[in-house]
Amino acid sequence: MPPVAPRSGDAIFASVERVNAELFTLTYGAIVRQLLTDLEEVEEVNKQLDQMGYNIGIRLIDEFLAKSNVSRCVDFKETAEVIAKVGFKMFLGVTATVTNWDAEGTTCSLVLEDNPLVDFVELPDTCQGLYYCNVLSGVIRGALEMVSSYLNGRLGLSVDNLVSMKTEVTWIRDMLRGDDAFEMQVKLVKQVPEEYPYKDDE
Amino acid sequence: MIGVGKMKQYTNVLDRPLSKGKQEVSLSAFAFLFSELVQYNQTQVDNIAELERRLEDAGYAVGARVLELLCHREKGNRRETRLLGILSFVHSTVWKVLFGKVADSLEKGTEHEDEYMISEKELLVNRFISIPKDMGTFNCGAFVAGIVRGVLDNAGFPAVVTAHFVPVEGQQRPRTTILIKFAEEVLRREARLG
Repeated sequence: MPPVAPRSGDAIFASVERVNAELFTLTYGAIVRQLLTDLEEVEEVNKQLDQMGYNIGIRLIDEFLAKSNVSRCVDFKETAEVIAKVGFKMFLGVTATVTNWDAEGTTCSLVLEDNPLVDFVELPDTCQGLYYCNVLSGVIRGALEMVSSYLNGRLGLSVDNLVSMKTEVTWIRDMLRGDDAFEMQVKLVKQVPEEYPYKDDE
Repeated sequence: MIGVGKMKQYTNVLDRPLSKGKQEVSLSAFAFLFSELVQYNQTQVDNIAELERRLEDAGYAVGARVLELLCHREKGNRRETRLLGILSFVHSTVWKVLFGKVADSLEKGTEHEDEYMISEKELLVNRFISIPKDMGTFNCGAFVAGIVRGVLDNAGFPAVVTAHFVPVEGQQRPRTTILIKFAEEVLRREARLG
């Protein structure tokens, strides 16, 4: 089956309820500031932001699937395109580009030139190790962990077909650190067969 | 060629043009983020009062920045210096930018001279929030109360600002009232200015 060409998320974004990006940006800034005060170590803040993103990702995927009508992605390549074109647009109103594929087709980069999280932001010297947008990588990691299991489950396939995409997401470029764009590297670590929650004899 | 090829040069935040504030994100993106803010703060506190205080602190930081941004962008670098002026600035300008609409009402307290109330039938941050019974009178509007306090305080109008649910007859969900109690010095100054 040829892969369905990924569509754009423009129409969905136009149809959902929206809020001013500045409220979103400043609220995110307030979260980061609170974490920096509470946790003190920049490394811990990175971890907490990633965890928050993960929590969001595993919930956001339901809304994404419900509103986007994306029924199934045939492979990781198509998945990445859909995230970049439909996912980012639908929630943040911006699109990302997918690039830098490795030969195996398991690692790629999502590049963002517009990023509503970072308006008004400048990292002070004390926060140089901070991955300010770490919530985004968490969202992607969380969403992908839920996505394929949900899709396959919905299609009513047998338990053996349930897989979950485990990914590692790392920042390659960051405009707050002086780069010319935001670039996240998404690496598909493995597709884990989903475990059926009950044993047969229970 | 060496040294050529960087398409966008990073510039200092102050050297970049100020955005017009027309960009939008989906309401769910904000709701997810706000929910994480509340959940994280729940892990940091022992009681409801403390939780409200922390949300208010987070909001205060937003309010301080909103004041600076809006005075610059919407008011030509001027800010209100009179009590009613600043209240209507919060009720109209701030609300419109942050929540897409003017607040439902702005009223003066009937019992106390120093109290004002901004009410909203369905506060944006409370849209997807239902409060468990065991959390009593907790209102996530504390975040918005913090924003209001941040704006007022930084404009020279220190106040105590709190968020309360007020039941509305015939409505299933209560409205949220942001209660503003100005510091004594603010009222004294107002009286002097006549």
